[in-house]
Amino acid sequence: MAENLDDIDEKIIKMTQNGIPLKKSPFADIASKLGISEQEVIDRLKKMQEKDIIRRFGASIGHRDIGIVANAMCVWNVPDERTEEVGTIMAGFSEVTHCYERPRAPGWDYNLFAMVHSYTKEDCEEVAARISEATGIKDYKLLYSDREFKKTGVRL
Amino acid sequence: MIFLDDTDKKILNTIQFGFPLETEPYKKLGDELGISENEIIERLDRLHDEGAVRKIGPIINRRGVGGTSTLVAASVPEEKVDEVAEYINEYHEVSHNYHRPEKFNIWFTISAANRERIDTILEELHEKTGVEFVDLPTKKLFKIGVRFNIK
Repeated sequence: MAENLDDIDEKIIKMTQNGIPLKKSPFADIASKLGISEQEVIDRLKKMQEKDIIRRFGASIGHRDIGIVANAMCVWNVPDERTEEVGTIMAGFSEVTHCYERPRAPGWDYNLFAMVHSYTKEDCEEVAARISEATGIKDYKLLYSDREFKKTGVRL
Repeated sequence: MIFLDDTDKKILNTIQFGFPLETEPYKKLGDELGISENEIIERLDRLHDEGAVRKIGPIINRRGVGGTSTLVAASVPEEKVDEVAEYINEYHEVSHNYHRPEKFNIWFTISAANRERIDTILEELHEKTGVEFVDLPTKKLFKIGVRFNIK
């Protein structure tokens, strides 16, 4: 299924993707189950990071629970010939966590998506206004999430 | 809402990207932040129980492991939103699913081994719910790097 991974790598991902334990040697159980050393588990995780199979290894934050409740999907209607240029400018804003170009669809004119997470809607609006200023794109909307049905992250 | 003291914030801001990949990572983290290993573990245990930390683990690049993903939108009558969301959530491949109070009010992401699997999921969901799904696969990724600046 995952041609870039060997069997052990895949097992390591599956054994860590729901979270490693909060104990002094969190990789010890995995190592003993796989019959390899803890250091090998770690070396393989690092290797997968270098190969961009893993984007990062770290904490996923329950951002709503700590007060980051304004989560705006800012959507932009950008002329096709400007998407490259505008996407690059948007990605340069530190407040933007994700930026994608996606197709338009019937009833949906917006082709660039930029996520902004903050403590208040005003913050998000202020960031969007600065992006609009920097790019000259005036046709945009902020879609806030008000309920989370699921957030597991990508899993194998 | 969870109350975070300055030490909690320091830990959270560090472990999003700077989690040490070592045999004793909490000890290393403690050394870096000037806190004992036991205190790091106790604090993370509490932050996890309270929901500030969902998990510590790998954030997987679906394309990197040989797969693909998409964002899907749907316009669903509000009284049916919960039911439809449940059908969507049943799929292991659905990684995020949110309600946004707009014309298109359900937004979810699917990460799967291949495009065929995504098509199958969308067809099945359409059969189960009768909802028309708008499939918006990534054309170009300009940035991904979720990092919350916790203040």
